Order: sequence, then structure tokens, then C-alpha cells
Amino acid sequence: MTSAPIERTSALRRIRHLGKALTTPLSPDDYLALVNPLWSQRELRGRVEKVVPETENAATLVIRPGWGWRFDHSPGQYIGIGVELDGRFHWRSYSLSSTPLVEGKTVSITVKAMPEGFLSDHLVNGLEPGTIVRLASPQGDFVIPDPPPDKMLFLVGGSGITPVMSILRTLDRRGTLADATLIYSARFEEDMMFLHELRELAGRHEGFTFHERFTDVDGILTPEQLDDVCHDWMDRETWACGPAPMLDAFTDHFQRLGREDHLHVERFTLATAGTEGAGGTVTFGDGGPTVEVDGATTLLEAGEKAGVNMLFGCRMGICHTCDVPLAAGRVRDLRSGDEHGEPNEYVQTCISVAVGDCTLAL
Amino acid sequence: MAFADVREYTHLTDEEVEAIGRELDEIRAQVEADRGQADRDYVTRVITLQRRLAAAGRITLFASMFPPAWLLGTVMLGSAKILENMEIGHNTMHGQWDWMNDPEIHSSNWEWDTTQPAEQWKHSHNYIHHQFTNVLGHDNDIGYGILRMSRDQKWTPYNLGQPVYNALLALFFEWGVALHDLDIEAIRKGKKDPKLLKKQLKQIGDKVGKQAFKDYLMYPALSGPGFFHTLSANFTANIMRNVWSYMIIFCGHFPDGAVHFSEEELEDETRAEWYLRQMLGSANFEGGKLLHLMSGQLGYQIEHHLFPDLPSNRYADIAVKVKDICRRYDIPYTTGPLHKQYGQTLRTIMKLSLPNRRTTDNPAPLAPRKRRRLQDSERPTRRTELGKWSAAASA
Repeated sequence: MTSAPIERTSALRRIRHLGKALTTPLSPDDYLALVNPLWSQRELRGRVEKVVPETENAATLVIRPGWGWRFDHSPGQYIGIGVELDGRFHWRSYSLSSTPLVEGKTVSITVKAMPEGFLSDHLVNGLEPGTIVRLASPQGDFVIPDPPPDKMLFLVGGSGITPVMSILRTLDRRGTLADATLIYSARFEEDMMFLHELRELAGRHEGFTFHERFTDVDGILTPEQLDDVCHDWMDRETWACGPAPMLDAFTDHFQRLGREDHLHVERFTLATAGTEGAGGTVTFGDGGPTVEVDGATTLLEAGEKAGVNMLFGCRMGICHTCDVPLAAGRVRDLRSGDEHGEPNEYVQTCISVAVGDCTLAL
Repeated sequence: MAFADVREYTHLTDEEVEAIGRELDEIRAQVEADRGQADRDYVTRVITLQRRLAAAGRITLFASMFPPAWLLGTVMLGSAKILENMEIGHNTMHGQWDWMNDPEIHSSNWEWDTTQPAEQWKHSHNYIHHQFTNVLGHDNDIGYGILRMSRDQKWTPYNLGQPVYNALLALFFEWGVALHDLDIEAIRKGKKDPKLLKKQLKQIGDKVGKQAFKDYLMYPALSGPGFFHTLSANFTANIMRNVWSYMIIFCGHFPDGAVHFSEEELEDETRAEWYLRQMLGSANFEGGKLLHLMSGQLGYQIEHHLFPDLPSNRYADIAVKVKDICRRYDIPYTTGPLHKQYGQTLRTIMKLSLPNRRTTDNPAPLAPRKRRRLQDSERPTRRTELGKWSAAASA
């Protein structure tokens, strides 16, 4: 996890070291957390302060993070959030919708309840203020440079607005929202998050153009329609976030025109690269079960199939909850295609596949 | 002798054995499907209680120069150590709480307050002991390589000292456990991989160093003039924990009625037969809720051995069903009050310090078999520590 602010000086580091000697095999945090759950950085924690409804099925969670949180995220990044539901922790990742500000002492994420997503539904409709959640530090490279480019375009569908909202709010706050166009698609008006704030923002900034698009009426935005909505899109640096088919269409379009360097995409689902792996025999721990896997089955799936209880979090390579040391063999990262094979190197089981026989140290 | 020839099972047909297996599978499935908030609340409550007790004990011992504070602090610290080792550490490292997907209460990274490193314990206990329960030559828990616990183990004059070794093992149990996974027998025979030995010794050294530094230097030093009072209190708390865990563990497999097995019974053992071996190789004891809590629910040793990775707070309920199965199929279910179970264990230890010809038979005799300690590579693939069958065994 993150190196914490309270360890920034060597004196404090020594105190913590001594504290650890007194509480071994636990950490001092385990005892401090008895007094206040936020006083632990073994796992970053936060307390839900407020749940603010945004639309009928979306809400913003305002979270006060505990020790170890650094309030230095870049707008556009996401965090992992681990929530306990019926005794079990579930991890998901959500873009931060707040601006990076220490003053407020809080961060916020905006969650849309998905029809099939029992956890997102719980977050939107069932979470009580005061609930303690686990957090994973901000990550992701869907960010804008500082200072921002002169001309920007944001292509957004549905809940893809959350990272863009954080970007726009930050630009607004810094007074650097110069020439930007937002094309935001939602099914219908009531389904559009932050609608009033965006309209208000467009009213205040002459250079900020806000296109509302309702797909129930207008259909889905196609790349060919781009010229109609934003005639100078070729001059703009573009950020796109939304459903996978929309992103695929725009990625293809930009590639065809040789403009892929000017498109920044955020995907919320695991995209895989180089799946033509060899597979092999995977052994789970000393004397543990052994399974044959192909080059597409992740180590996590293989372990679960073999009946091994493995830690998991986001299942898409973000939260690092599932990391285990590799005792022998080689694995491939499904996202990048990179191979890893150092002995005792930690690998993310949720996005790694076996390249030949390998053994995990469990 | 095949498994079906074990006297306690000879009245069962193959179909009945399989039916028992299915019933037990059903119990497991029910509990697995039903795990939820109440179970999480239970374990977090016990952990909170244990940490408060440990902190209170440590703080009280800053005043250890006053005898009442010494006594109170020692009892609190000793109880905290017992709770941590038995109900929390042992069960967490079995993977009983892994289903919660909580990295802070998970078998993969739990470390407990004793001298044996968790990683080695998971091998010697979860893997070796729980798969090869009470099988001579396989299960190193039989007498911990120190005591002769079965008539089928060869007697040597060394065994005359058993009453003394037993007392020492009880007092310094954590050290016996610490060295357990090294497999002294293999080292003596020169069969131990020197690289593994070196790695294990380093792990033990690191762990022992931290534990001893905490109990015998840091906290005594913080007590200032009470240095030696706190040191003696911490030492006493560790002895308290040692004697208690020794007693609970020995009552799990050595009262009269708990059967030892030979290698032959392992051959072609089915999942249902594995269940039966766990039931017959283990022994329970009876008592109140507090006793069960302080013994990590190991008074339900039979249930624990059937389902080592189900949450410990469920064993009491599971026991009712298991007892019912035993009654219906006329299978022995060994249990009794703690003092009786330990009394029988102690009697066996004393008796077996003498050669067989000097003593009468124990109630559950078995023919002598090969007893060489096996390396992992020589052991058949069986149940994994996490309660499922390994791929090779089920294939």
C-alpha cells in the first residue's frame, strides 16, 4: 500500500518500528484501530460521511479517509473500495468525482447502481453514513496534463462521467477550463448525472460547450456523427470514457485516421492482450492441489476451481488484493502481455495466466 | 489390512460408508451456504476481546511490582495468548475465515503469537496432521516425536523417561511446536534437504527473536524497576498458554477410543473413508461455552477434523448432526469431560513408557506396521489443507 505520511520522518519511522516490536506479530495499527477504525493503515480505511443521491439510481459517496491517505490524486483517477456485505468483503473500483483537495478531508466517488450489480445497488441504496470501508489508493492514467491542452474534447457515456467530472471540477477550480467540449450521452434526462452542475458550468464558462445527448431518442453517438457535433474535433486532445462498444468504435476511428495518440481511453472492464499463452500445470502451495490450465484461465480462476480459497478483490488487476508470490515458473500478465518469472516475485493472480508449469507460494 | 477391516467399521457395508460420506458432505454444503454476517460478527468480537485483553494485561503489568497487579496482569495476558493461539490463530490459519475475503483475517497472511512461524505450522499441521490423522509414520503429531503414544511404536529404554518428557513438553509446548516442522527424525537420518533446513531455521530464528524480544526485553524494560517482575509475569503467561494448549491438543487424539491407523488403511481410501478415519481418530471433550472458546472449539475435535476449514463457531451445531449420524450407523463417538479425557491420555503416556509386555492392552489396538517417517514426495496425494480433495486424488 502507500507509504504513509506519518512515516515521512525517520524519527516517526523509528517509533513505528519500536511499536511493532511491542505488538508483534500484529502491528500497532491493529490495536489503534480498536480505538478508532480510521487509525490503521494496514489496509487504508475510510468512513462514509454522506450518501448524496445524484439520479434515481446513482449516488455520490463522500468518504473521510483514515491514516495513510494522501489526498494527492490526479483528477480522473479511480480508487478501490472494499465494502462488507453479509460478512464478506467485496471490492470494486470507482473514479473519484471529487477534486484533489486536502481541506475538505474527504474524497468522493459516484456510483451508479447496475441492474445486475448487487454491490453497486448496495452502495447506492443500502450504505449507512458511518460505515467503515476499505480503500485502495488512487490509480490510473486517465488524467490531464497540467497545464491542460488548449483544446479538449470529452466523449462520455453513462457513468463514464465520473472521472471527467473530477477533471472538469478541477479545471473550473483552477480557472483553466478554457476551450473544452463535452459530449455526454445518457439514456434520458433523469438518468444524466451532474446535469444541473454541468449546465451551470457551461453557463459560466464561455469556452465550455456541453452537448447533452439522450440515446433513447437520439441513439448512440457514432464516430461519423462527430463532425456534426464538434466540427473541430481533429484539433482537440480527446478523453473518452463509457461503455466498451462506444470506446471500441472511437478507438477504431481514431486509429484509422492515425490520431490514436490524441485519444485517452478509460475502460472499466478487463481488456486482455496476448492471450495465446501456453498454459501448464499450476500448483497451489507446498503439497497443495495441482491443476492443468490453458493459456486463458487466470491463476485466480484456476485456484478457485481447484477449491483453493484465494484472496481476491477487483478481479481486473487494479487493487492488488490477490497478489501472491510465485515460487517457480513463469506467468503472463493478460493486460500487457508481459511475462514475470522472478522467484518469489508477487504476481496478480486475477490477471495472470501460466506460461508453462508454475507454482504459487500460498 | 484394508480400511474396511478396522474393527469399528466392519459392520458397515460399502453403501453405508458412502451414504455417511454424502450426509457429511451435505452438512458442509449447508454451512458453506449459510455463512454470513453472524459468523463475521463472532470472529471480529473474539478478536476485539482478545486484543483488549492483551493490551489490558500488558498495561497492568507495568505495575507488576505489586503482587495483585502481577497476578491480574499475568492471568489476562495468559488468557489473551490462549485465545489468540486457540480460537483465533489456529482457526484462521485453517482458512476458516477466508470466505470473508478480508485480508486482515486470512490464512495466507495470519501470523500468531507463538514461536512457530505460521508458514511452517500450515505445513506440519494443516497438511500433514489433518490429512494423515493418526496414521503411524505419517502423522508427526503422534507424541510430537518425543512421546511413544501407541503400542505399535517400538519401545526403547529412552521411553522410560516419558513422565519427565511429558511434563517438559507441556511446560515448553510452544518450543516443541516451533521445531515440529523441521522433522527432527529426518534430520537425524540425514534425509532433510539442507537448503530447506536452513530456510526453516532462519524463519524460526526470526520469529523466536521477535517473540522473545517483546516478552523478555521490551515490556520488562518499559516496567522500569519492575523489570524482573514483568519478565517473570510474561514467562508465566507463556507457560500458562503452553500447558493449556498442550492439554487441549493431547485430548484431541489420545483418549481411549481414539484409534491409530496404519499405512495400509490409507491405500485406496475414499472420501467417505477419510471422513470415517477422522471421526474415529479424534476425540471430543464436553464443557461449557467458555471452555470451548478457550480451547478454540477443539472440544469438537471430531467436527474440526471432519471440516477443518468451516468456521469454529459452527462446530457446536455440527456436532449435534454428527452425533446423530454416529448413533444411526453405530459408529463410536468418543467424548467425555475434560478431566476424564486428559486422565486417559496421561495414563497412556505413563503406560507406554514401559514395554508392551509389561502392560495390558489399550482399548484400541492395531497391528504393527511400517513406521518410517515419510518425505512429502512419498506421501499419497490426498485432501488439501483447505478442505478440498486435490486434483490427483479425485482424478
